[in-house]
Amino acid sequence: MPNDLLLSIRDLHTWFELRRWGFVRVGFVHAVDGVDFDLHRGEAVAIVGESGCGKSTLAKTILGLHLPRQGEIIFDGRRVRGREDLRWYRSRVGYVQQDPYGALPPFMRVQRILEEPLIINGIGPRDERVRRIRTALEDVKLTPVDDFLARFPHMLSGGQQQRLVIARAMILQPQLIVADEPVSMLDASVRVEILQLLRGLQERYGLSVIYITHDLSTVRYFCERVCVMYGGLIIERAPIADLLRTPRHPYTQALLAAIPDPDPENAHRMRDVPSGEPPSLLHPPAACRFHPRCPAFMPGICDVHVPKDFEPSPGQHVLCWLYDDTGLVAPRPAGRA
Amino acid sequence: MTPSETFVIENLRLYFRTHQGPVQAVDGVNLTLGRGRTIVVVGESGCGKSSLGRAILRLLPRNVQTYSGSVWLNGIDVMTLTEEQFRQQVRWTRLAWVPQGAMNALNPVIGIGDQIAEALLVHQQADTPLSARRAVEEGVGQVGVPLDFLDRYPFELSGGMRQRLVLAMALITHPDVIVLDEPTSALDVLTQANIMNVLKTIKRSTDTRFVLITHDIAASSELADDAAVMYAGQFVEVSGADQFYREPLHPYSQALMASVPALRDDKRLAAIPGQPPSLINPPTGCRFANRCPARFSKCSEEPPLFPVEGRLVKCWLYEERSHA
Repeated sequence: MPNDLLLSIRDLHTWFELRRWGFVRVGFVHAVDGVDFDLHRGEAVAIVGESGCGKSTLAKTILGLHLPRQGEIIFDGRRVRGREDLRWYRSRVGYVQQDPYGALPPFMRVQRILEEPLIINGIGPRDERVRRIRTALEDVKLTPVDDFLARFPHMLSGGQQQRLVIARAMILQPQLIVADEPVSMLDASVRVEILQLLRGLQERYGLSVIYITHDLSTVRYFCERVCVMYGGLIIERAPIADLLRTPRHPYTQALLAAIPDPDPENAHRMRDVPSGEPPSLLHPPAACRFHPRCPAFMPGICDVHVPKDFEPSPGQHVLCWLYDDTGLVAPRPAGRA
Repeated sequence: MTPSETFVIENLRLYFRTHQGPVQAVDGVNLTLGRGRTIVVVGESGCGKSSLGRAILRLLPRNVQTYSGSVWLNGIDVMTLTEEQFRQQVRWTRLAWVPQGAMNALNPVIGIGDQIAEALLVHQQADTPLSARRAVEEGVGQVGVPLDFLDRYPFELSGGMRQRLVLAMALITHPDVIVLDEPTSALDVLTQANIMNVLKTIKRSTDTRFVLITHDIAASSELADDAAVMYAGQFVEVSGADQFYREPLHPYSQALMASVPALRDDKRLAAIPGQPPSLINPPTGCRFANRCPARFSKCSEEPPLFPVEGRLVKCWLYEERSHA
């Protein structure tokens, strides 16, 4: 069903120029370096990775806040390029920021915060706007609504602030929500509430959601599919259950092994952690970007040839030579567990 | 009254003065920690767990209203010492501290090696810069940082490296107790696992005691021998780690555990309804009562910490089990 596709990203590159003394170009930070990505209507996809892997840059590029250097964004069948496209596009995409307090203007009351996007997009008259504000606040369970309309952001708790940010993202009735670490600043108990709220809204309105996070353990409660990012690339894409059961990429395996569950046994065993640090995106490693840290590194292959997209099981895509079943570059049996 | 091997906190209180009245950030905390053991203190933000850490180290802001209780270390009550005695004899030499956001705690304009050596020189544990340097090299090796990093500045290092160096700084004087305030919360998953490995190694090879303050219950289980749950300035449950992570007793601990997402099993997540109480005028009676699913008539009185099978629970539900 091609019509089912809401957002499609092809070969997206977002680079940041580094200059010295203001004019000598030193190089580029390859924050997003060739990402392909499809999102269907009503689907929630997580993008997971460590800090510095480019996931927030990807989110901001998708939102149109960074201009890609190369590649294209196709939303609802229309290519997003010029100013007019962006205007049309932004009114259909909502953004939930990481730090709710930083994302809310401190001098505006709740009503004003929610009314602003409506005014900018020419939605009126006033009664209609007020009606939509009330619905949005009810949707995020900031009730009774009248208690909240006249408050300033600092009068709300962290969880309530994040609900307000979600209400603001929802107010234009978008088709897509990009949530960049929406719960990482919140306490565990509030975190669950916000995730359940987002999930509920997503199901009720048939929204598509891109959920950016570093915390894989929250993903399973929220998303059907997950993309793992490393060094500016999506290195593995899979349905969440498959990824948790059989992670394929050595990096994904390491990531999963490093996440603790609350278990007293943890105190008695060491965790396997790959040595080294995430790669510099100014001069990323040649070929496979994980090869300097990879426990399954194959000299002559991983550091020479850029890994292709392999599909070791249906729906699970991985950029890793271990799963090369064509035998062209790496004549090794595929499907290493 | 106190065996010299244990670290004991008795009835520690720390109230802050504000315009609305005193904030009871730490309200009568008791804790006992044997040699080589680690206790984790878990709780939501605003429950007073960081204030507890600061109260132990006597790193207090200016608006302190009440600061009382006893902290027994090696048989002396360090709360009776004057500020200068405390600074010379206790802080950093016997009781060290790894602050929250430790990776930003390093001085940006002093080289790493010199910063760590400073602690030794100030506390007269090294006579010459050279011998300090040698001790620093040994300590830095212990946390797994290559020695050539010692001549660099903090901005040249990654977050994980800086976190390890702050840890090395706390360890360098061989203190008896180290208070770690959220040592891994700003770090990535892999880096976090790495730091936890370092802490485990140190824990096994020395008999340093750790007080680990965190909101991350899953990560806390990596290090815990004992666990304490803090709510509204008080401990509501103190227990051995084995029992605590398998079967928390206090309704708040249970709710907290149910809100932690698990990677490996399919549990349903549940949020805790309501808000933690204000610490300015905390409710009389059980402070968790108005959010508690199991509350009954007795909860309007404040429960004591009932001993239940070697654990302590501040909840009326366990009154009978504690007498049995």
